[in-house]
Amino acid sequence: MYETNYHRASSIQEAVQMMGAAAEGKYVSGGMTLIPTMRLRLAAPSDLVDLRHITELKGIAVDGRSVRIGAAATHEEVATSAELGAVCPAVCDLAGHIGDPAVRHMGTIGGSIANNDPAADYPAAMLAVDAVIVTDRREIKAGDFFTDLFETALEEGEIITAVRFDAPAKAAYQKFANPASRYAMTGVFVARRNDGEVRVAVTGAGSNGVFRHQGLEAALSANWSPDAVANVAVDASDLLTDLHASAAYRANLVKVMTKRAVAAA
Amino acid sequence: MAKVTMTVNGRQVSGVCDDRTLLVHFIRENLGLTGTHVGCDTSQCGACVVHMDGQSVKSCSILAAQAASSAITTIEGLAQNGELHPVQAAFKAHHGLQCGFCTPGMVMTAVDMIRRHGSNLDEATVRFELEGNICRCTGYHNIVKAILGAAQEMGGARQAAE
Repeated sequence: MYETNYHRASSIQEAVQMMGAAAEGKYVSGGMTLIPTMRLRLAAPSDLVDLRHITELKGIAVDGRSVRIGAAATHEEVATSAELGAVCPAVCDLAGHIGDPAVRHMGTIGGSIANNDPAADYPAAMLAVDAVIVTDRREIKAGDFFTDLFETALEEGEIITAVRFDAPAKAAYQKFANPASRYAMTGVFVARRNDGEVRVAVTGAGSNGVFRHQGLEAALSANWSPDAVANVAVDASDLLTDLHASAAYRANLVKVMTKRAVAAA
Repeated sequence: MAKVTMTVNGRQVSGVCDDRTLLVHFIRENLGLTGTHVGCDTSQCGACVVHMDGQSVKSCSILAAQAASSAITTIEGLAQNGELHPVQAAFKAHHGLQCGFCTPGMVMTAVDMIRRHGSNLDEATVRFELEGNICRCTGYHNIVKAILGAAQEMGGARQAAE
């Protein structure tokens, strides 16, 4: 790891000031992606501003079906939240399958969506439940937030403070994990609102990161059943090919994971 | 350079290290506690697992500076008054180790697992939660048996005390 300067912020305001004073700073929360990336010398921030001790970023609040998850909520906290589990167990289930227990004790929802790894799980959930990403300066719809591989709408120094969404009537997430890394080779989050509108968001498969699939959404909005997926065409031309799976294989996985998710919802 | 103060195995310790120093190196090199191992160096193998404020974490993926002011427990902190911790004793009784390199991380992960699940722990959960701990000798069967055995014993001991 290259040299860096560590700063611990105790408030959002202090964090923004620390970042403003840094030459090429990065925020760190759980650090479960950033610290290993720095160790591989793929990232070399001059300064790290630690957000893990900022009280305003913590906590999970559920009011009726309206959910607010603080950006510094760990995967373990989301996975085991009884309040969240009562209205949206699919998000708890997703969080409980990220990494391993030690990683879930550190990694946070804010860190995951800010990093926007194309194989990360949370971006699919955010798109499918039509979440609002709340930052220290504005609110961004999930549909406008995830812009490209590892790219988001966040500006220089902007901090995610929370995510907000209304719990869908039914939802589930299914992923086909890479047998070695356990990252999603393809993961699908399906969410059905009370009015019957269905959203289907896919991670791990798209060449430009997480995306919604209109064909699957239309089919499932018309007929909420695993069988509705059968006649939908999934175009492989925008999907990833790598040593783990071809685009055609991933296209099939999109359908299989969607079917499983609808069955599980 | 950072001056880092934390509580390790119940004792307050301080040390000076680079801001980039990993917690595992601080524990091994500044504190001389070499029971915590560095295995893969890619945060997958779990040989470096310690507890930070009561929860299992991978000390190879955390800076010592991030852990400042926290309470750390390492494998050296488990045995009390010369008596093995029940999980350590179960690993011995069930032959849950061969070369022993992964064992400190396995034991720390197991203690955390039992803390969260108690005697409700079942085999499927143990295998699922060992995702982040790699053993290249045992094939895991005896590790799983040891963890289930310890969970039973510790759950039983807790009930007897109540």
